[in-house]
Amino acid sequence: MTIRTSFKAILSASILVLGTTSCVTVKEYQKSRINDAEMELSARKSEKFEQNFYLYREGAAGANGGKSGGGCGCN
Amino acid sequence: MKKICISVGLLLSLMKFGYAQSSEKPAYEKRKLKVEEINLVSSYYQQDGNNSAVTGGIGSEKLTDLAQSFDLVLKTTDRRNRQHTLAFDFNIDHYTSASSDKIDPLTVSSASRSDTHVYPSISWTVHNDENRTTKGISLAYSTEYDYKSYGINLNWAKASADNNREVSLKAGAFFDTWTVILPAELRPDGYGSGAHGDTDPVDHKPRNSYNFSLSLSQVINKRLQVLFTIEPAVQQGLLSTPFHRIYSKDGSETVERLPGSRLKLPIGLRLHYFAGDRVILRTFYRYYIDDWGMQAHTINLEAPIKLTSFVSVSPFYRFSHQTAVRYFAPYGQHALTERYFTSDYDISGFNSQFLGTGLRMAPPGGLFGISHWQSIELRYGHYIRSTGMVANNITLLAKLK
Repeated sequence: MTIRTSFKAILSASILVLGTTSCVTVKEYQKSRINDAEMELSARKSEKFEQNFYLYREGAAGANGGKSGGGCGCN
Repeated sequence: MKKICISVGLLLSLMKFGYAQSSEKPAYEKRKLKVEEINLVSSYYQQDGNNSAVTGGIGSEKLTDLAQSFDLVLKTTDRRNRQHTLAFDFNIDHYTSASSDKIDPLTVSSASRSDTHVYPSISWTVHNDENRTTKGISLAYSTEYDYKSYGINLNWAKASADNNREVSLKAGAFFDTWTVILPAELRPDGYGSGAHGDTDPVDHKPRNSYNFSLSLSQVINKRLQVLFTIEPAVQQGLLSTPFHRIYSKDGSETVERLPGSRLKLPIGLRLHYFAGDRVILRTFYRYYIDDWGMQAHTINLEAPIKLTSFVSVSPFYRFSHQTAVRYFAPYGQHALTERYFTSDYDISGFNSQFLGTGLRMAPPGGLFGISHWQSIELRYGHYIRSTGMVANNITLLAKLK
């Protein structure tokens, strides 16, 4: 499977997931659950160092080169 | 664990002192820079295994890493009512590595037998409520014994009128320099060890990384939101690790050699769902492919359960599968007629699992009588890799507001 075909497959699957789930307009006063600290769409702050060790220990762990872009990731 | 508690305790004492001083300032400075948030993160990591790349794919991978992070967020509003955020992030970790001792067993030149890695960063973000855009820039620096890095990141985001959708773009560049420390027995005549006090010359090589990111987040309904991300990246320069040994089928020895560029393409989908009144499901899937022949799938599930309004536990499980890069072979399996070769098990094919739990407390009046101390989180995870490597990680986070 080439990068191009894989990319198309993932993109299609993502569009399908987003498309089949109908969105409704959620007003600000209805966002008590969406705004919960545990619902944040970013990774948790407490996962920061876990992500660093994945970057070092798994070649597929991400697009970044290492901690803040640096770090040899050796040993 | 004791070290983590002591360091967090000391930093918290300093913070309390800082707050006590700032409260005495006059109240008329409406637009002064205010402390929005402080995060103190301490982490201890240890691993063991028997596939060190320094010794060609065999030998101890024993490593420990004690990491500390101090993250300060300041906010202010300008005359046009735009919100400015300044964030300072200071990170330091001290690690010991059994395998790095093997780079030069006689003089222990050790690129990182025991080393300290320091990486501060600073970022400035401007949010405009009128047109719902956010723009930002950040600068990063990283240094350790044999590696230096300078980085810059730019980001832009725009939210929809109802704040239910946001598109964001990021671009980053990192300009790194390697000190080319070679295994003792493979150094040419007159080539240095890289150790302090050794005046013989040592090469320095660049490694540059360019990262891009496009994200789209969408609130689906009152309980469900999703995020789609695509993060292409290109790396160029010395991508092999100079002190990784390679042993061939005929017993001869050389150092790792890998191509001078690598194109990576991770695509991720994050889906968070608030089920009932107490349980949140945080799910993440990522597909990865690169031009070295590696493909990977990663799934992460986490389910924070609110025991009370102020206490939650978060069991989590992560599974990852990756295929080997086409240049990988174990100890003694390479033919040196090949163009590129590595015995680094971090880019071999394997499955990995990471499981554990987190505990979070955020009482409304603050923790332990400190009103600014908003929350504390303790997180433990156990990592198992199908190559035999095991690791443990414990993290303590204290948030002040």
